[in-house]
Amino acid sequence: MLSYVIKRLVAGLVTVFFIATATFLAMHLVPGDPISGAKAMSPEIRANIEARYGLDKPVAVQYVVFLTNMMKGDFGISFTQQNRSVNDIIAGHFPISATLGILAVLIAAMGGVLYGSIAALTRGKWEDRTVMFLVILGVSVPSFVFAALGQYVLTEINKRFDTEILPVGGWGTFSHMLLPALVLGLGTMAFLTRLMRSSLLEIVNQDYIRTAKAKGLPTRRIFFSHQLRNAILPVITFLGPAIAAITTGGFVVESVFAIPGLGRYFVQAVNQLDYTVIMGLTVFYGAFLVFMVILVDIIYGFVDPRISIAKGKA
Amino acid sequence: MNMKRLVFVFLATASIAQAAPKKVNLVIQTEPPQLDSSKATDQQSNFVLGHILEGLTRSGKNGEPLPGVAEKWEVNDKGATFYLRKDAKWSDGKPVTAKDFVFAWRLAVDPKNTSEYAFILYPVKNAEAIVKGKKKIEELGATAVNDTTLKVEFEKPCGYFLGLTSFTTYLPIREDFYKSRNGKYGADAKDLLANGPFTLTRWVHGASLTMEKNPNYWNAKTVKLDQIDIPYITPDNTAQFNFFKDKKVDMIERLGKDDLPLATKNGFKMKSYSDGSVFYMEFNFRKGRPTTNKNLRKAIQLVVNMDEYITKVVGIPGTLPGKTLIPVWVRGVKDRFRKEYPYNPPKMNIAEAKKFVEAAKKELGGSIPPLVWLTGDTNFAAREAEYFQNIFKTHLGLELKIDKQIFKQRLAKMTAGEFDIVAAGWGPDFADPMTFAELKTSWNENNRGEWKNDQYDKLIREAQSTSSVKKRMNAMAAAEKIMLDEVAIVPSYERTVIYIENDRLKGVVRKQIGADPDLTQATID
Amino acid sequence: MMDIKTAFPLDFSPVKKTTEFTLSSRPSLSYWQDAWIRLKKNKQALASLFIVVGLVVFTLIGPYVWRVDPSNQELSRISEAPSLGRSVLVLPEEVAYEEVVVAGHEESPTADGASLDATAEIQIMGVPSIQGVRFKWTPVKGAAGYSIYRTQTEPKDRESLGVPLSSIEGGNRVSFDDGFDLQAGRYFYAVVAKNGEESSKFKVISVDLKAGISLSDAQSISPDAKIGEMLKMGARPLGTDYLGRDMLARLIFGARVSLFIGFFAPLLYVILGILIGGISGYFGGKIDDWLMRITDFVLALPFLLFMILFKIAFGAGPGDDGIFPMLIALIVLSWTGAARLTRGQILQLRESEFVQASRLLGAKSLYLIFRHLLPNTLGVILVYLTFAVPSAIFTEAFLSFIGMGVAPPTPSWGSMCNDGIKSFLIHPHEFIFPALFISITVLAFNLLGDGLRDALDPKMRSQS
Repeated sequence: MLSYVIKRLVAGLVTVFFIATATFLAMHLVPGDPISGAKAMSPEIRANIEARYGLDKPVAVQYVVFLTNMMKGDFGISFTQQNRSVNDIIAGHFPISATLGILAVLIAAMGGVLYGSIAALTRGKWEDRTVMFLVILGVSVPSFVFAALGQYVLTEINKRFDTEILPVGGWGTFSHMLLPALVLGLGTMAFLTRLMRSSLLEIVNQDYIRTAKAKGLPTRRIFFSHQLRNAILPVITFLGPAIAAITTGGFVVESVFAIPGLGRYFVQAVNQLDYTVIMGLTVFYGAFLVFMVILVDIIYGFVDPRISIAKGKA
Repeated sequence: MNMKRLVFVFLATASIAQAAPKKVNLVIQTEPPQLDSSKATDQQSNFVLGHILEGLTRSGKNGEPLPGVAEKWEVNDKGATFYLRKDAKWSDGKPVTAKDFVFAWRLAVDPKNTSEYAFILYPVKNAEAIVKGKKKIEELGATAVNDTTLKVEFEKPCGYFLGLTSFTTYLPIREDFYKSRNGKYGADAKDLLANGPFTLTRWVHGASLTMEKNPNYWNAKTVKLDQIDIPYITPDNTAQFNFFKDKKVDMIERLGKDDLPLATKNGFKMKSYSDGSVFYMEFNFRKGRPTTNKNLRKAIQLVVNMDEYITKVVGIPGTLPGKTLIPVWVRGVKDRFRKEYPYNPPKMNIAEAKKFVEAAKKELGGSIPPLVWLTGDTNFAAREAEYFQNIFKTHLGLELKIDKQIFKQRLAKMTAGEFDIVAAGWGPDFADPMTFAELKTSWNENNRGEWKNDQYDKLIREAQSTSSVKKRMNAMAAAEKIMLDEVAIVPSYERTVIYIENDRLKGVVRKQIGADPDLTQATID
Repeated sequence: MMDIKTAFPLDFSPVKKTTEFTLSSRPSLSYWQDAWIRLKKNKQALASLFIVVGLVVFTLIGPYVWRVDPSNQELSRISEAPSLGRSVLVLPEEVAYEEVVVAGHEESPTADGASLDATAEIQIMGVPSIQGVRFKWTPVKGAAGYSIYRTQTEPKDRESLGVPLSSIEGGNRVSFDDGFDLQAGRYFYAVVAKNGEESSKFKVISVDLKAGISLSDAQSISPDAKIGEMLKMGARPLGTDYLGRDMLARLIFGARVSLFIGFFAPLLYVILGILIGGISGYFGGKIDDWLMRITDFVLALPFLLFMILFKIAFGAGPGDDGIFPMLIALIVLSWTGAARLTRGQILQLRESEFVQASRLLGAKSLYLIFRHLLPNTLGVILVYLTFAVPSAIFTEAFLSFIGMGVAPPTPSWGSMCNDGIKSFLIHPHEFIFPALFISITVLAFNLLGDGLRDALDPKMRSQS
């Protein structure tokens, strides 16, 4: 068990190293110049800025410097926010993106399990059809449509009732998170509902369910202690990557709802060609994704008795 | 980790809000990258810094200098002397002295500090040489004679120096405080000291800023607002509009074209002002570029109808069709510069334009290669490009290749000269025609088209070395005529901004220069 | 040697060869035939298949059937709502606007702006239409200028005058020409005098506007159009966009981009994935180790972040539509799924009896791969491909939506959404139609994928 975890972690670190290299290369392929401003600056000032960020050195040296600093956990200082380090930016804004992402995934997972179960239990009936129709809508409508519509509808509702049912944007309290998280999680929820439904349906035909039925166990008991427990496994595997994907994919939602998350910083940094921020965020997100997957694999080992981590995957 | 603190802070401000009735809520597009006034370059920073710091002068409604930290001053060809008021204080109670200005200015020209706006101090003696590393920063022509007297020597006569003294880069910084921040000056609310009408009390990066009335401000009795809160930061127009509709903010600084019908429908009171920027097509004059051909440029000038362009593409009523590089709001000798020195570019004439394009074809060896139109990545930039592409194609048979680039890549391409026409714009730095006129000089790095005209250069040099208003204006007008006659640029429009305010909000001033919007004299019922 | 036949007279005579024999089993169906039958039974999937085919036809044949140029800008028809050709009034040619300037007006610099009178009268000049509204007013004593406002509901007070159209400097300039975004309907124009400050009094005039076009514009549509006649304009079944271009034609054009990326990116990266996965699975050992390590690494890259990075790294030069960089980025980042899938399948199949038998009979690697292994993984891969299409379409739409997608003037459904969403509440058609096309396409591929999976899944096959 421990050796498996260690092995996975080492492999994860190697992957992060490659991600860092790929990001560095991609960044240096990008045409353009992070130092330019709307108004031209004198060449002397420019040279000093280049020196400060080490851009005057050969690319190979820059790469080595980047890697050594990265290993020390230092991603450098932002080009645009000249006295904030990339670490400050991550520390300040990642918790927000992560909170939003986790909440979105939680909403998605709870909704997915609930609606998936309803659909599977009422297979072919109107409940099933309604849920499946909504699911199809959920996977087919782009998130930016949900975000814009969600905010508009909320504004109208607030106006109609002349109170604030939910805030239309900003960040701070739990009520600020609800709508953005819902919008962000909707697509995933639809996907999970489908996954849950089909995995439940697959299980219905398994021998152990038949046995349970034959034993005369009450349906509820069969559902909760046998079906649900087994059907939920694929949902769990999906959660790790989903949290990472949702956390990194919130650009539009963060912008529409004026949420100070990391996604917005990334888009902003790309537009400004803020090298250090782009590289720092990409590596950070890559590492986050890698370790999220590892974490989920380990949890999976605990939940699924059929998999023994020690032998199974190593 | 930050979540708990965030929630706590939010609750805390909510309770402050109850105690302080005169509070204005705003939404801004992006957050200030940092608030070190020696390095600030963007509008958001100017807005915040303009409320928490005060320079030697303040700029009035029309950009005219009003007394600020300086009570009175004397300006001549050689230099200027400012007499500082004794009751000017920093927010920690210590007096504002002439040394604070000297320190801030030296910082701005210190090559190690890498201020992009160092050039704005060039009228001060030795500033340029210091930036270029040829002189020591101690040699800057600004000296604190005593705590309340600041002596400034000029490099050469500078007729608009007073207007500069309210500019962000000229704002004071106190040395001991700056040094105590260890390179983090202006990074956070706690890393700033105020001497203006407000202090920055809270700054949650990416999320919100709060400014509160500064009791130590010498003129605090004229400040009516207790608090300016910026609870939202988003560039999304629609979201901004929803915040206003939901009564979360008291003002939107700029409405998009598509928000106008909605604002009308909701019965919001709209106001408009000219924000001072001009936009124009800039031609590339580097060797081998087809746009070096004057007939081609004439054809392009004659084929466009800026009135139609404004109504159909820009879509913001009140926008003025571009006529010259120097916009209509700029003052000349006594009245508006444009009134004193009118210039009327030729009106659209498609038949003439066709003749010019034929002539150009002959001179360019039979055909004109597709022209590269370099532009930004906004929706508006795309619309504008598509509109002109269609016009050029249908009337002149010219192909236009659109090159849409993100901000920094566009700048890189502009500097490298990889374009034929670039959709360019210019926002003024000070209230004098010179902020526009010097743009097309051969030594100006912002002259991305590299248009060069000795006569123009000579006239601008002349204007820069005299303090006689009349002479300066004459020279600039003559220079501008040369530049426009040569069609170095085709002005497209002068921007007008339509904005909405809460009916209870009064006294907000919109300006072309400095902190915009200016809420220092505003109040809310 | 004796002939056997003659040596031993036969007890049996051979039955004459006949084609008629009774078959005791149902006709043997190939895997694909069987799958097709199942698919046909699945109504949802079949309907989706038709939609998909319809979309392809729409894209390929569309331009020949709907012969409206997608790049044709009709600036008199900006953001028009969907219609099957409305009738508009043909108006006299617009005469150049001449500003009215009165002589002998005195500006008094001391007059208090707020207490200036309202103008006595506003007069409409010419025929107002959506092409333009012109009016003049009597000068106000002491005014140094005027502000013009416009709204569509009768203004109740000074606060509800609407959009500030213009701020005129000079009390002697007493006319205005409005052409901003006019639609048929009633407008209220207000004139407010000012001198530094704006007056608190105002004068309103209401104007009813009819849809109309100028004679020269009319004649370019129908040569014998006459002033005062009604002219039927070309149908715009899905309305027009922000430059008066036909939405339907743009959507057909945009479909090319969206579907091109939607089809080809998955096709190419699935092929790449099959190659890598196939090699990895078949050869195993060191090669497998290395290839899988690369796969894991690519899989670990944050997808959207790298899409954006690659998009700007490969860049689009002047005149490029930006499709190629997007395609490359998608391929580079997305092949891993197909590779893993193929590898898994091949690993399973490699050990199966029929492959072993073939190998014993001396089949070479290439033969094995192409004859046995690949065809047997094709079903699963086809299902995977079907699901990859909607995600590629979403990615394109998302990138174009945040402005990192195709470059103008090339439209894609995503970029059209981006253009339309700002005016969603005023001109909903500009946003809804492209969004609808994205949704329907994605929906169709999802349902088709579901159907294909059910039809191709061998487990299901054994059950029924």
